[in-house]
Amino acid sequence: MEQSSLTFRYKELERAWDGEKVYEVFIGPQHPASGHMRFIVRLDGDIIVNVEPDIGYVHRTMEKLAETKEYIKSIPLFERATIIDSNNITLGYVRALEKLLGIEVPPRARYLRTLLSEINRIASHLYGLGLAGIFINHSTMFMWGFGDREIWLQLAEELTGARLTHTYSIPGGVRSDLPQDFKDRALKAIRYMERRLKDYMKIFFNNPVTVARYKDIGILKKEDAKRLGIVGPNLRASGVRYDARLVEDYGAYREIDFEVPVREEGDALSRLLLRIDEIKISMDIIRQVLEKIPDGPILAEKYLRLIPPKLRKTMEETGRVKFPGLFASLRPPPGEATARVEMGHGEVFYHIISDGSPKPYRVRIVTPSFRNLLLLRYLPVGHRFMDFPAIYGSVDYFPPEADR
Amino acid sequence: MNLREKIEEKLKDIATSIEYPRPDLIVIAVNRDRIMEAAQRIVELGFDHLASVEGVDLPKENAIEVIYHAESYEEELRNTIVELKTRVARDDPKLQSLINVWPNALYLERETWDMLGVVFEGHPELKRLLLPPWWDDIPPLRKDYKVKVEGIIVGTK
Repeated sequence: MEQSSLTFRYKELERAWDGEKVYEVFIGPQHPASGHMRFIVRLDGDIIVNVEPDIGYVHRTMEKLAETKEYIKSIPLFERATIIDSNNITLGYVRALEKLLGIEVPPRARYLRTLLSEINRIASHLYGLGLAGIFINHSTMFMWGFGDREIWLQLAEELTGARLTHTYSIPGGVRSDLPQDFKDRALKAIRYMERRLKDYMKIFFNNPVTVARYKDIGILKKEDAKRLGIVGPNLRASGVRYDARLVEDYGAYREIDFEVPVREEGDALSRLLLRIDEIKISMDIIRQVLEKIPDGPILAEKYLRLIPPKLRKTMEETGRVKFPGLFASLRPPPGEATARVEMGHGEVFYHIISDGSPKPYRVRIVTPSFRNLLLLRYLPVGHRFMDFPAIYGSVDYFPPEADR
Repeated sequence: MNLREKIEEKLKDIATSIEYPRPDLIVIAVNRDRIMEAAQRIVELGFDHLASVEGVDLPKENAIEVIYHAESYEEELRNTIVELKTRVARDDPKLQSLINVWPNALYLERETWDMLGVVFEGHPELKRLLLPPWWDDIPPLRKDYKVKVEGIIVGTK
């Protein structure tokens, strides 16, 4: 980032800012640390006076593509928006679809969804923390975060068959049942992670060099966080106790005892520490899910009945769901439904409008990174240029998710 | 007084309809020129930020429906989403920007302009956001924009 060239554009500057005092620095769109996006940062000496994020470099027009596909085919499409958190992002779509179809999900499937959601959340936070580390040139945090994320990806792979593109939640249930010995391996992963979090504290979060870069930097006030509609850990680090898991009835969260962590400071350090708090809570939720998970079918009775008896028997033996033929042309009755789901980055919002045909008339998806984009514009103003990567890292912004 | 009664009382004189399609969703339709007033009243009720702004193209009715979804972080309001919608003419889609009512409409309205061509009057930066700066085709989320599908090529010699 330090090597970005300084560009002087006097004509434009004279119009907008104070003559030669202010100059522009272009960051990105190649990936030095900006990641598929570009910032135009205006500096007065070393002080940031204005940041203009320029996004859209990885836009795929997902909302339009969804209109051209049958409902079920959009699940693998949407998970590509946030590939590091794919069960959470698709769960919002599946929930909205289930509301339209009027389908109840069997308890075991709800617990399994929660299980994968929390595995995804931990992996997503480790990814974000690792990147935050490398933004301030702390390569150990980067390597450790990405290395330890692998443990959770392996768990997800055992459960679903895929490291990242799980396509696990489907209307009425989930795609596969819990593998044998999964509980033991998950508990082992939790024990390992608990030990590692202590190492993280020692080398990164309690490290005076790191704390000096993050503490009291990029403070987001509680009132601003509410009014700007900020979501996820960035919101909760500013003292607002809001989490889509408390609001929307999805997964098994109503039957699980968990707390939503909140911090009051609102600075970059508290945003990062809140992610550590959430990893701990997520591991606790996984423990409870593995304790409490009830027996039973993993697909709604309404769809199970449509599967031929012979296939149903194979399903029971292998624990893998065969799709009923009906899935190829699901036709929800005309109407609309919304759903909110808490992803690692924050709340994702879906709005589906159905006209009764096998393809949606309109699907609206607003991702947490798109809503948090405002932070990259407001938080750095008034800080030194060296604080910019620290703030950007602390926000955990994920460009492919914002661009969709 | 529950939320539904509060909303009815606050908005019945300007809303053309108030519906409750789902337990967590309240849908308020207004005329185009009352959108700012309605939005201000919804904010007064506590729904202080937006979850989404979207446009829905309705070519048969020659209209674009602009939909705002407002939510709240307060414990007693957070279970509900308030949907505020209005229609603008498809060939001249103009609507007052609600950026002063809901500050986070900044990027959401800009995206709707980008994707459906709805002009939000008073919005300070209606310029390309997700589409490339050289885009000169019709807005992609209009129904008459056709997605070009690449065929699956199976070549045998």
